Amino acid sequence: MVSVGRDSKEDIFLKIEKEEGQQHIIEIESSVKNLFGKHIKELILENLKKLDIPPLRIDVKDNGALDFVILARLEAGIKRLFPDLKFKFLPEKSFEDRIQAPKERPRRSRLYVPGNQPDLMINAYLFKPDGIILDLEDSVAPSEKDAALILVRNALMVLDFGQSERMVRINQLPKGLKDLPEILETDGVDCILVPKAERGEDIGQLSLFIKEYLNKIGVVRNIWLMPIIESALGVLKAYEIASSCPEVCSLAFGAEDFTKDIGAQRTREGRESFVARSMLVLGARAAGVPPIDTVFSDVEDMEGLLSSVKEAQALGFEGKGCIHPRQIEVIHKGFKPTEEEFQWALKVKKAYEEAKEKGLGVVALGTKMIDPPVVERALKLIKLAEIYGMKEA
Amino acid sequence: MELVKNSLGRLVPQEVNGKRQIPFKGIGAHKPEGRKWSPPIPSNSDYPKDKRVSSLKEALEKCGIRDGMTIGIHHHFRDGDLVINPLFDLISEMGIKDITFAPTALFPTHEPLINHLESGVIHHIEGSMNGPIGRFCTEGKMRGIGVLRSHGGRWQAIQDGELKIDIGIIPAPAADIMGNANGVQGPSACGPLGFALADATFADKVIVITDNLVPFPCVPWEIPGMLVDYVVEAEKIGIPEKIVSGTTQITKSPTRLLIAQYIAQFIEEAGYLGASFQAGAGGISLAFVQFLAERMKAKGVKAPFARGGSTKFLVDLLNEGLIGYILDGQSFDLDGVKSLRDNPKHISTSPFTSYNYHSKGNFANYVGVSVLGATEVDINFCANVVTHSDGYLLHGIGGWQNTLFADLTILAFPLFRGRIPIVVEEVTTVCAPPELIDVVITERGIAINPKREDLIERMKNSNLPIVKIEDLYHIAKKICGTPEKPKINKEKPVAIIKWVDGTVIDTVFQIIKE
Repeated sequence: MVSVGRDSKEDIFLKIEKEEGQQHIIEIESSVKNLFGKHIKELILENLKKLDIPPLRIDVKDNGALDFVILARLEAGIKRLFPDLKFKFLPEKSFEDRIQAPKERPRRSRLYVPGNQPDLMINAYLFKPDGIILDLEDSVAPSEKDAALILVRNALMVLDFGQSERMVRINQLPKGLKDLPEILETDGVDCILVPKAERGEDIGQLSLFIKEYLNKIGVVRNIWLMPIIESALGVLKAYEIASSCPEVCSLAFGAEDFTKDIGAQRTREGRESFVARSMLVLGARAAGVPPIDTVFSDVEDMEGLLSSVKEAQALGFEGKGCIHPRQIEVIHKGFKPTEEEFQWALKVKKAYEEAKEKGLGVVALGTKMIDPPVVERALKLIKLAEIYGMKEA
Repeated sequence: MELVKNSLGRLVPQEVNGKRQIPFKGIGAHKPEGRKWSPPIPSNSDYPKDKRVSSLKEALEKCGIRDGMTIGIHHHFRDGDLVINPLFDLISEMGIKDITFAPTALFPTHEPLINHLESGVIHHIEGSMNGPIGRFCTEGKMRGIGVLRSHGGRWQAIQDGELKIDIGIIPAPAADIMGNANGVQGPSACGPLGFALADATFADKVIVITDNLVPFPCVPWEIPGMLVDYVVEAEKIGIPEKIVSGTTQITKSPTRLLIAQYIAQFIEEAGYLGASFQAGAGGISLAFVQFLAERMKAKGVKAPFARGGSTKFLVDLLNEGLIGYILDGQSFDLDGVKSLRDNPKHISTSPFTSYNYHSKGNFANYVGVSVLGATEVDINFCANVVTHSDGYLLHGIGGWQNTLFADLTILAFPLFRGRIPIVVEEVTTVCAPPELIDVVITERGIAINPKREDLIERMKNSNLPIVKIEDLYHIAKKICGTPEKPKINKEKPVAIIKWVDGTVIDTVFQIIKE
């Protein structure tokens, strides 16, 4: 007998065993039995029919799971019972052909959602994070990795991500390579987060693997990579990692594992990671890639979060991780340009445009000469301000 | 049973429990005639100074209790009530049967009443039926047909003589030997006793039960002693911890908080910031008040009053001066009870002053914004608050129907709960006609009733996700799928839903269990 899933809201728990009789037996217990009991039973039977397997007895304990969850749990359960069986219970894709996601885009907030918890996935986009990460790594228990991968695959096919970037954090390499086929085949992912990145070579190979796989399944698109630096070695190799391939869209920091790695305690002030974070910023910037800061783990402390965002911004980071939807608004607030900065940027832009029109090689604001990187920064700031709806007066 | 279609096209019975019924005709279309119900004229010579009797049994006997009578009682002790269950055990021991029971509401603690429904001590219930009692009724096991009314509707029915209370029983946290009583003093303090005023005013006989007899005069006397026949002392009439409702915590659910933020933003952008509002208990209601208060502070505006259910949060706003008065129907926590007792700007109201439709105006008409929940809303803006999509009775109406008359009535809820869509093609039971619901606010979109062209115009440039109600229906359907329709026996009504004017707006039919 095997079991799979969770007895918790918007999820389904299945106990599956071989049945002596001639046909499958499905026993349904459900919080929505009156309204969806028959449907759940039919869905399970209809999919079992596709397989050449002996009769099963399945005891279902459902708490309002949606179909993509039911299918994922059923597939994971049957694969646990028959490890050699090759099949997939795919839900109907809810989106048409997707356009190529841009490499450069705001990644101020990225919301981690545990890959084995459907109830947290369904509404994540409503809180408008710049990215939603379906996590296969730390938030998934080792015994549930198989189930989480199937659930995340189905979620990528079905769920609304709104304007948020679709991200998946795979397991550490090389194990993480095994996560990729299921994820890539959905054609529903924009960006892969790679935990504990320590060598540029690994990221280069990963990129190659992805390209070859996409080629094989006939998908034409770029998948962006966000390596996460969370060790001493990773920090020292930040530039190498950031410049390993053109698919790297940003470089993220993971404070929790980093502090463990250097034998320190994580503190509120974060002095233990100050140098490392700065080095990461240098490495990333040198490679022309935006650096992104770690998560702030106290979900009750909004003031602490805001000052942490301000600090990250001052160090050169462009984004912050979050583990609770309520953190998103605070993070966005923290990265919002001030009116002064915005006005300054507009002036620079105007001066730049005027100079260009006149064919001048040098941009000047009043009596001050402005270097190209400053112009670039101003243009970027205006783009960011646009997200906040800031407008030229 | 002969059924007719009312003006909303819903099938309703013409006779229920031996009484003729009037089908719903439209809002304000039914005008009653005649005079109000009046109890018999009493004489002081029949009443000793000390109205105490030795036991509830003696009081019931003196009231002349007999088969087929109607007993009314209030629900201010909520789930901490210690009176109703023993009362019916006693009535059962006395060999009385076929009682019509007309409480202002019932709670999970009252599940044992099922035994008395089964044995025939209680013939039927006229009041809210939730949980197991709701299931019992919906499966057609009750002898009579249930009658569900709003809080205001109960007053209206008693006043109009539709619901004649033979014996009104009033558990009171403080009372004196004359029967003067209030709800704010003593170990079982529960807040206002306003719901009991209808029984006190119109019942033939009135019994006050207290576990806190105070010397005459019991001040304030929300229930005046001149309306009371007998006073009974009891050891304990309520469990204080359970008297306060469990729904007074602000929700932590990010989705519900998002809905609450949308509500506050909508209210401001629609031009209702600073209007009075109705605030209930329950996650979204409490949370929106917080967000609304922030916006009021930022803009420096105050609301002239708020209508409770009072809670700590509302009391804080009163103390901060953000609202002028709390007009309170019931207190949901002890802060509410204390404030009602001590703060002269926290006023107790009854369903008569607040909600009765057959009066010369009521407070609900003066409320600016009302935010309410619902079990279902359909694409025509008809709303349901009593049954689940599986056809089972789930909730009472409470003040819900009465507070739909605010200037801006908002229904707010997550688009689906545990896979069950809330925006549906057609509601299972109509509790509100479509004209009164102005806006539906969910986490996945906000739909404005097309009849409110002014609101649509005002919200034209909002960044809120304004959509059509049909869009919400389709989104919910796409995510959840289509639920099975319940199998119902259209031959057998098990309960009727009254509109605020006493007409029948819809029928709940028996569910056929598989």
